[in-house]
Amino acid sequence: MNQQLLINFVYVLAATLFIFGLKQLSHPSSARRGNLLSALGMLLAIVITLLDKSIVSFEWIAISMVCGALVGGFAARKVAMTSMPELVSLFNGIGGLASSAIAIVALLANPSPFVAAVSVLALLIGNVTFSGSLVAWAKLSEKISGRPLLFSGQKYANALLIVMMLAAAVATVVYPLQPQWLWALVALSLLMGILVVLPIGGADMPVVISLLNSYSGLAACAAGFALENNLLIVAGALVGASGIILTNIMCKAMNRSLSHVLLSGFQDVVKSTLTIEGEIKPMSADDAYYVLDAAQSVLVIPGYGMAVAQAQHAMKELQQVLEKNGAEVVYAIHPVAGRMPGHMNVLLAEADVPYDVLLEMDAVNPRISSFDVAIVIGANDVVNPAAREMVGSPIYGMPVINADLAKNVFVLKRGMATGFAGIDNPLFFKDNCRMIFGDAKQTLTQLTRQFAEQ
Amino acid sequence: MTAIYLLFILILSVFVGFELIRKVPATLHTPLMSGANAISGISLLGALALAGSNNDLSALFGSLAVFLATINVVGGYVVTDRMLSMFKKK
Repeated sequence: MNQQLLINFVYVLAATLFIFGLKQLSHPSSARRGNLLSALGMLLAIVITLLDKSIVSFEWIAISMVCGALVGGFAARKVAMTSMPELVSLFNGIGGLASSAIAIVALLANPSPFVAAVSVLALLIGNVTFSGSLVAWAKLSEKISGRPLLFSGQKYANALLIVMMLAAAVATVVYPLQPQWLWALVALSLLMGILVVLPIGGADMPVVISLLNSYSGLAACAAGFALENNLLIVAGALVGASGIILTNIMCKAMNRSLSHVLLSGFQDVVKSTLTIEGEIKPMSADDAYYVLDAAQSVLVIPGYGMAVAQAQHAMKELQQVLEKNGAEVVYAIHPVAGRMPGHMNVLLAEADVPYDVLLEMDAVNPRISSFDVAIVIGANDVVNPAAREMVGSPIYGMPVINADLAKNVFVLKRGMATGFAGIDNPLFFKDNCRMIFGDAKQTLTQLTRQFAEQ
Repeated sequence: MTAIYLLFILILSVFVGFELIRKVPATLHTPLMSGANAISGISLLGALALAGSNNDLSALFGSLAVFLATINVVGGYVVTDRMLSMFKKK
């Protein structure tokens, strides 16, 4: 049988398995099987590719694959769930760099205008993804400040860089046999990735990670065009589509456009002149216990602060005693809570909180006034009623969880610092809101202990 | 003609991708992203032929790409499986 035909037939099979795998990701009960199907598709595709006649030496392939599998497997087993955004960010960058390396070889080996053009595209996207992801990783792991980093004249530097990059790209396509243009393009595109992500603040990281996730797929897709490989195009397009959808969801959840997120560092900080009348009412955990003891239904609203305080396990314990006490406990998850899409859900799943009590914002808001107590743990902007009622507030119009409409609100907070958006939260001044200051994990453990003592 | 044929595949895949991903619930968005990392390791297929060639430069860059893409494939699938195994029903 024709070998090329066999390889392509298996590629069709692999693409089908990827699609079925993603389809089963539509429900948590079938998702694990879906991931295994997708992995099976990948394994088939890799094994059949090794039959390719153009492979004459297997030495370097074997060494590279074993090393890669060790590094990848080790990282995947050891990473803490709180650090998932960092890991995904690194994986995005690695994917981009792999496609970019392929593009360089494809370009040098076959300098036809079409191959040169798509290779340059793969190289551009791949390199921007790589260096951009490294900056995102450094911001997420707090190796560098999460605040937008700006220098004077940055706008002009960026514009100049884009012009130079496009010129180098065109020169590479026109003169593929003069490698100096290629190396200039490599350097300029790496610099571009850094300059694009530096001015973006830590709170916007969910958008950046989603976008770079999409780019890593698009880079593979462009490399597929250069190598005329169908499966690279299909798989790259699936990843690209996934990242774009997630980027869109994140932007909507912040009521901002993508260009606003990418360019926000360049705009002046909006200073709200609105002042909030009222006073903050602190409460001790002892007093909070009596309210919780009488509550029939409790809503938990977690934010990134819960992950920082590592309070998810303590919350799960409190959930158990509350349920034993006869109360219904559900969680409301805002789409941009945490540092990446779905981050809170994974942290709570790790703490053994069943996925059917994790509700989306739109499912909770219509019945929020029926909850006796809403406990806000380490969240601020996503429960800020200013988004609903204060025209002129920087976050006005953003969809939020209407925690202030619950009968009682407990806010677990370290101190009175404002959230990432740097705006006051009128929720804290409402009559039905009580602040429980201190470490969230300790507060929750203390509440659980009081239930045990009674 | 090849370019048009490849473009055909791209467009259809993008539509399939949009339809599939739209149905993924918000609770699974993190595993979706790490799973997407694994799938983007598909560039391994292109890298294999390059890493196994006689040309030194091609073998060098090809091997680098094989190493990187394998990290994504293995790491992506393993960490996704690890996360999905934690999602339990009441």
